[in-house]
Amino acid sequence: MAEAAVLSTGSAAAPSRRRRSWVPYALLLPGLLWLVVFFVLPMVTLASQSLQEGNVDDGYVFTGNVGIYVDALQQYWPQYVRSLVYAGTATVLALLLGYPLAYFIAQKAGRYKNLILVLVIAPFFTSFLIRTLAWRTILSDDWFVTEWAQKLHITDFLQAVGLTSNDSLLSSKFAVIMGLTYNFLPFMILPLYTSLERLDPRLIEAAGDLYASAWQTFRRVTWPLSLPGVVAGTLLTFIPAAGDFINARLLGNTQTTMIGSVIDSQFLRVLDYPLAAALSFILLIIIVTMVSVYVRRAGTEELL
Amino acid sequence: MMAGQEKGDLSLVALTKSFATFTAVHPLDLTIPQGSFFALLGPSGCGKTTTLRMIAGLEEPSGGRIHIGDTDITETRAYQRNVNTVFQSYALFPHMSVMDNVMFGLRRRGDKNAKAKAGEILELVQLGQVADKKPTQLSGGMQQRVALARALVNRPDVLLLDEPLGALDLKLRRQMQMELKRIQQEVGLTFIHVTHDQEEAMTMADSIAVMNAGRIEQLGDPATLYEQPRSTFVANFLGQSNLVRAQVNPGGTDRIVTVRVHDTDLEVSREHLPYGVDDVWLGVRPEKLRLGEAGGPNQLRGIVRDVSFSGVATQYAVEMPWGQELIVVQQNDGSARAVLGETVSVSWAAHHGFALDASQDAAAGAELVEDHG
Ligand SMILES: Nc1ncnc2c1ncn2[C@@H]1O[C@H](COP(=O)(O)OP(=O)(O)OP(=O)(O)O)[C@@H](O)[C@H]1O
Ligand SMILES: [Mg+2]
Repeated sequence: MAEAAVLSTGSAAAPSRRRRSWVPYALLLPGLLWLVVFFVLPMVTLASQSLQEGNVDDGYVFTGNVGIYVDALQQYWPQYVRSLVYAGTATVLALLLGYPLAYFIAQKAGRYKNLILVLVIAPFFTSFLIRTLAWRTILSDDWFVTEWAQKLHITDFLQAVGLTSNDSLLSSKFAVIMGLTYNFLPFMILPLYTSLERLDPRLIEAAGDLYASAWQTFRRVTWPLSLPGVVAGTLLTFIPAAGDFINARLLGNTQTTMIGSVIDSQFLRVLDYPLAAALSFILLIIIVTMVSVYVRRAGTEELL
Repeated sequence: MMAGQEKGDLSLVALTKSFATFTAVHPLDLTIPQGSFFALLGPSGCGKTTTLRMIAGLEEPSGGRIHIGDTDITETRAYQRNVNTVFQSYALFPHMSVMDNVMFGLRRRGDKNAKAKAGEILELVQLGQVADKKPTQLSGGMQQRVALARALVNRPDVLLLDEPLGALDLKLRRQMQMELKRIQQEVGLTFIHVTHDQEEAMTMADSIAVMNAGRIEQLGDPATLYEQPRSTFVANFLGQSNLVRAQVNPGGTDRIVTVRVHDTDLEVSREHLPYGVDDVWLGVRPEKLRLGEAGGPNQLRGIVRDVSFSGVATQYAVEMPWGQELIVVQQNDGSARAVLGETVSVSWAAHHGFALDASQDAAAGAELVEDHG
């Protein structure tokens, strides 16, 4: 009887396996199509546009003008560097702020877990623009935050380290970085939360049982096991922050322009499409390169 | 028990743990000699894990002290105690190789020979060939041995094992029991082994504490616990017992006392009788009962109501005139077998009986036994 059962499943499995083999690809089709239409095609258009010459009134012709990339880099490298530095700083700040919070929500919050998670996501219920505008109010000169910061000599300190240029908080590097950190913090917290939530508290007990102090337990057990969340969170924060132009425009000054603002104005105000396309492409290449190096490095550290 | 503290004896003094509304461990006094294999046996929820966690430093006692030798370790943190735990769930670090798992404790204490020691202990648990694998790539039994090696390699004063064999199938479990016992004898550390499997406790331990509802019911070596249980809970939890209601007759000799069971006088050793109690449960283990006339004074007649043959032995249920059924287990050693409905005599030697205070519930602990062989 057992033999018969084996035989019948064996013969039934053969055709169904063949049929199953192309089903996954069929299911992928809508997604692939979506990628082609909304990612590959715009990418190709952008690449070709960057190599065109002309103006809006007379139209553009493809001339293969590679020199525009050299011009773009020469003219705008400070904005690139600034974008990467600001985004990097905001990412580190978001990690420092987000990690303890995510750890608390995942491991200690008990029945308040869902409530706190909702509070983390709550700012998303209003628009990005409104939230950033709110920071203009918060950091404005006639608001108590600035007043207190002045009384406590925080403004002096910020000025001394070059994050602000006078004794107000708004329209400064400081304000831009704060805005970036604030706006992308939830993108850091949520992936961190997911990986810390999966962390088995018994592993932490086991580490303590095996003579690891609280710091050693964090360093050897908690941190390595949360790395997937750290990698995901830093990417989700860094990538959009590097291309952001709202924070720099609303909270910064002419000395804090990020590359996103440059691209924005080249596209929409100056209408220099080839330059804007080249600038976008350079940003894309920089980010892809940095991300792949980063993921490679982080990935080798035993991500399970 | 108060014969002075040996260098590494573990002693618990009035150790207590209460949760918000519930006392999990009532004041507990216990001394476990260095180098012994000690089993903590009891039904689910009786406070075994809580007791271990207090010893390990993972749970803060509500009261009482913990000493190892002359040192009071009650106030120290888990990582400062020279005590290691083999967790029920193993709790192996999934991002580290087997080797790194085993070296974890040694590394934290800055041991320069970590690698050599870990290699040695992995050989002892026969896992040398999988040192570079991740724990998730191993079978349950192998993971269990990694957990054991990871704790053992630190040579702690006390090794705590919280039902480490719970997840294994019967065959592997028996094999690991023997291995654990062998390793314990080889390295000579104090083992405290928590289990709710009475057979496991009896085969492995030098002494057993039977725990019930946060209290220790009885403490002793396996044979004493089995032959002379002091409560109905122990009598039922550790193997099976026939308990018959009896009244103690006045008088008797130094060695023998008679008790009256439904108009029959039966003998029991005086040392097996609690002092100053008249109303008792007379207990006899099923394998101590014989079918047929043995000529002694301890004899009851009844009708065979059930016969079940299990290869090495046959188990009978014999109904007494007052309705109670006694369980008799007879080795299949060629002696005559009884048949269903037959009227038989059941007899036993006086020193095989034990008497327990009748104020206890005769069925205590019986319903909790999980592993009746
Ligand atoms: N953190 C806690 N809060 C409240 N009650 C607890 C807590 N931990 C354990 N208990 C209770 O304490 C009692 C003893 O628990 P413990 O885990 O020590 O049992 P156990 O003997 O190890 O049982 P098992 O054999 O099922 O593992 C249980 O009734 C349990 O519900
Ligand atoms: Mg337990």
